[in-house]
Amino acid sequence: MSDRPSPAIPLVEMRNISISFGGLHAVDDVTVDLYPGEVVGLLGHNGAGKSTLIKILSGAYKRDAGTILINGDEVTINNPRDAKAQGIETIYQTLALADNVDAAANLFLGRELRTAWGTLDDVAMEAATREVMGRLNPNFHRFKDPVKALSGGQRQSVAIARAIHFNARILIMDEPTAALGPQETAQVGELILQLKKEGIGIFLISHDIHDVFDLSDRVSVMKNGRLVGSARTSDVTKDEVLGMIILGKCPPGAVPGPGAARETEPA
Amino acid sequence: MVDEPIGTAAAPDQPLTARAATAGPFARFLAATEIDTRLIGMIGALAVVWIGFDVLSGGVFLTPRNLWNLSVQTASVAVMATGMVFVIVTRHIDLSVGSVLGFIGMIIGVTQAELLPELLGFGHPAIWAIALALGIVIGVLIGGLQGFVIAYLGVPAFITTLGGLLVWRGAAWWVTSGRTVAPMDQSFRLLGGGADGAIGATASWIIGLIACVGIFAMLAMSRRQRQRFKFPLRPLWAEAFLGGVASVLVLGAVAIANAYPWPVGIARRYAEANGIEIPEGGLFIPHGIAIPVLVAVGVGVVMTFIGTRTRFGRYVFAIGGNPEAAELSGINTRWVTMKIFMLMGALCAISASISTARLNAATNAQGALDELYVIAAAVIGGTSLGGGIGTVAGAMLGALVMQSLQSGMVLLGMDTPLQNIVVGIVLVLAVWIDTVYRRRTA
Repeated sequence: MSDRPSPAIPLVEMRNISISFGGLHAVDDVTVDLYPGEVVGLLGHNGAGKSTLIKILSGAYKRDAGTILINGDEVTINNPRDAKAQGIETIYQTLALADNVDAAANLFLGRELRTAWGTLDDVAMEAATREVMGRLNPNFHRFKDPVKALSGGQRQSVAIARAIHFNARILIMDEPTAALGPQETAQVGELILQLKKEGIGIFLISHDIHDVFDLSDRVSVMKNGRLVGSARTSDVTKDEVLGMIILGKCPPGAVPGPGAARETEPA
Repeated sequence: MVDEPIGTAAAPDQPLTARAATAGPFARFLAATEIDTRLIGMIGALAVVWIGFDVLSGGVFLTPRNLWNLSVQTASVAVMATGMVFVIVTRHIDLSVGSVLGFIGMIIGVTQAELLPELLGFGHPAIWAIALALGIVIGVLIGGLQGFVIAYLGVPAFITTLGGLLVWRGAAWWVTSGRTVAPMDQSFRLLGGGADGAIGATASWIIGLIACVGIFAMLAMSRRQRQRFKFPLRPLWAEAFLGGVASVLVLGAVAIANAYPWPVGIARRYAEANGIEIPEGGLFIPHGIAIPVLVAVGVGVVMTFIGTRTRFGRYVFAIGGNPEAAELSGINTRWVTMKIFMLMGALCAISASISTARLNAATNAQGALDELYVIAAAVIGGTSLGGGIGTVAGAMLGALVMQSLQSGMVLLGMDTPLQNIVVGIVLVLAVWIDTVYRRRTA
């Protein structure tokens, strides 16, 4: 599977991660990794445990078992603040925006710029927001409105702006194009390629293989909370990955995980 | 519609500038001055209440004397309403404020009327300050305790503070086994208003002028900031209009406070004590602004500052808008929640001071039903029970509306049960109107 030399130490390694909610094993012994400048697609049906796995990395959930390593060092991630301190930024499927405040307030939420007197520097925050939104979505001009009043695409660009503005090393995108039209989806694709060039590692989560296959360097497939397997996208076909998602069947080009269906099992 | 990215043409909203260009003169005026329509509605409601009562009472309502008393009566509830805004904005409620006020009032009363005079001697100049400080510390502790139970133990605020309503009322009784404590310390009583507890004409004018200068300075500063980053500016006439209206309101309030003279008896005693000749037609000594009103306005300014200019305030509103998003943004939502209740406790202590000073006594029943007036003031003032929306100024205006209703009905000689019925109906009506308004503008 090493058709391209990769750096020795992964940017992120999630080893043997497990979490259960009241007896339900949402994530069961899953291991995934991510290298700098790499896009890893995390695939699986709704309820396969992808979002839960990634929320452990972003600090929204606390894992029951397993370790998280960043640049080879074990780190403690107990809450979103810990994750952000490690340079992990997340674009949630729900976008996680405070609807009643404006774009700048959302972009800087939890990391407000302050004046010399310790008060909020709204003007500086709005200026920075105008700058970053100018790059992401030049047609965006509604800086004074609460984000509730914005369209789906505009809200999405606020959420993306928030994730990339703070020099993330690791970016998690949970169904980033679910609410978008074709043109905006293409824009997000371009953005991902650009961030990749800057050496940012990206986890791309989707239940739809077509969204992520062409953008990803590797895919990891989950089913029923377990890892079916991981593969370079150059080593497998879309149909084979689809087989992993639906049947849990690991093709020859993939490295099987604990959740892979047995060879003897009828397909 | 050039601002909309392709694929989102269904979005009904247009940018402000485009909307203003196609609207009528009043809408253009609102857009230029950036005045909240809700605020105009509230001021309109207040005007209707005031003029209505003035007509019904035969011109007694809109007199300097009545308005001055109204301002003093509003102070206690207004102070607590500023804190209730933060509580309701974060989707909580505090039903315990009246009882907390009662308990702290008792503590403050016993401290200054019984404990400290024994320790320091009767009339010691530090007594009022110690009593006030102790009250605020206890308020913060009570709020912290309730906030901890709500934020960290996960008991809903409704239940926690409903428990608090009983607990602190019971505790208030326990302090003196129900005995009323009186009288209060001489200096402390200034917090309650009255002839002594007002600052006089000259000082009132000075404060009024300082406030006007402050208003124009703030407008100028915010304009310069926006120029620095080349943001769109309000037209100059709109800035001048806003500053002008605010100044007229401030100076008008000062003029009214200065038009209410000391009662004849007090003025005569003052004249005799200071060897002043009483001129023909009586001695005219203006009250000026009452100290409790100054305290309330000061609290309002500070709370507005906290709500709009500080990180804490930003978090309060973000949590109200989307608690989950706030948590995911890395905000320590539990600690913020606990701090909100601590702040509420401190404000209860300030209100307790005002109300015990005004009554010149601490009673077991002090602040009973205040929780309802405070919540009603916040809600009438535009605080949304759904969370995320509310202003301190609105809540204070709401307190004024509530107090105007009550005072007006007293002035008309209406029975207390009927007063309660009217207040109850007005509260429900106000929330209904607010709901309709929100549905229209959403």
